[in-house]
Amino acid sequence: MEYAEITYTVDGGVARITLNRPSVLNAISDRMAREFSDALRVSASDTGVRVVVVTGAGRGFSAGEDLNELMEHRRRVGALDMGERLRKKYNPIILQMVSTPKPIIASVNGVAAGAGFSLVLASDLRLASDKASFIPAFSRVGLAPDSGISFFLPRVMGYARSLGALFTGEPIDAQTAERLGLVNRVVKHEDLEGASLELARRLAEGPSLAYSYAKRAVNYALNHSLEEALEYEASLQSVAGRTEDHSEALTAFIEKRKPTFKGK
Amino acid sequence: MVEKRNRVGLITLNRPSVRNALSTQLMRELLAALESLAGDNEVGAVVITGGPKFFSAGADIKEMSEKTLVEAYLADMGRFWDAVGDYPKPLIAAVNGYAYGGGLEMVLACDIVVCSEDAKFGQPEINIGVFPGAGGTQRLPRIVGKYRAMEMILTGRPISAQEAYMLGLANRVVPAESVLDHALGIASEIASKSPIAVRLAKEAVKAAFNTTLDAGLLFEHRLFYMAFGSEDKVEGMAAFLEKREPKFKGR
Repeated sequence: MEYAEITYTVDGGVARITLNRPSVLNAISDRMAREFSDALRVSASDTGVRVVVVTGAGRGFSAGEDLNELMEHRRRVGALDMGERLRKKYNPIILQMVSTPKPIIASVNGVAAGAGFSLVLASDLRLASDKASFIPAFSRVGLAPDSGISFFLPRVMGYARSLGALFTGEPIDAQTAERLGLVNRVVKHEDLEGASLELARRLAEGPSLAYSYAKRAVNYALNHSLEEALEYEASLQSVAGRTEDHSEALTAFIEKRKPTFKGK
Repeated sequence: MVEKRNRVGLITLNRPSVRNALSTQLMRELLAALESLAGDNEVGAVVITGGPKFFSAGADIKEMSEKTLVEAYLADMGRFWDAVGDYPKPLIAAVNGYAYGGGLEMVLACDIVVCSEDAKFGQPEINIGVFPGAGGTQRLPRIVGKYRAMEMILTGRPISAQEAYMLGLANRVVPAESVLDHALGIASEIASKSPIAVRLAKEAVKAAFNTTLDAGLLFEHRLFYMAFGSEDKVEGMAAFLEKREPKFKGR
């Protein structure tokens, strides 16, 4: 697929997806959503990719749903079923992000609003520029929270704070986001790209299979009971215990050297 | 493909190029494999899998599209599944990926279902102008209930592993890589029991779907007393009282 509204590059095991409509703060058009989904699919199946970084071009990360496009749709076809739009446009992407076995790092370079905020929350690790802000803007346009934000937000910052944020729709600045655990780390704006790539490279050299198990186990545990989570861990461990990476790590430990992981 | 591991038979549907579409040829081979394992006293349970990517996409539509009414009637593919449903030994379906149409009907004819997190179950026949004809309309509602079965069969929409689990269509949802392990684990656990008791128990449970409660209870009680005639019953109870592991011989 040809990309016009994102860019996709792969370098040294790191795939970088850049939302690329800077003139509209990377608002997510239908086309961008399709391209983003395609890039995720490509990165998931490319064995040369071990880590995915998602960022935005220009000043913002993403302003969320493209309201201009939405208005145009309404003019053309009348009232839209927004739920159907979600099912087709955003829900598959959120599930794709969570289910892809590779770590996804959101490198939040500016404002992340609405569904743009959701993309951050569906990422596994989040680095933010000190100029970043997070806006759960849904109520401000009279809409219900969507694209997973009602699921992710209370799991990060609790019930009351989530509803506080969703009611007011006010921006959460980078420092507050760090304090609330919405992001792993805030860095100076000019250091964001470097810090994101450094983190991505470090992960790309690590035991990618073990990372995929960790991602799956944590996602599973968020939605299941302790008994189920323990059983799931045991199942994954049966698989992990048979990998070459595990044997290599054990051998390296005994030989007192650094292990070389192959992702097998 | 048929293998034996410990006391478990493992049958792998092996037409990956057509996503394990269930051709007449495949069904014949499957039945032959089941039959040989049925007669093998060393086998206590059988696992059916489609391999790591998909269980089965369902009937071979190319083959079916060329069939007339008379040909379909004479070939009577449905009886293949009846044979699966009547199988005397426990059948465990190990489902990775999707089980659609005839693939799901095969799952429904099994006794225990283990599936991967990304498994999908569906009866999409309605989309090609027919409907499930290999047990789906009868077995599915008995498992998931009338309304859910109607929705699946009339819309053709597949359900996820998690939904299948909640509906009782899957015993366990496990990571994709360990589906076969789990299925083999359950199978070998069953294979360690008295084969006579296992067979009687399966017959009794199956009767629950086929008869009134009174007749079913009567059937159960009769089979239960039958179990008392086995050496395995004597050994099992003796071992329990002597606090040791039983050694079942299938007699």
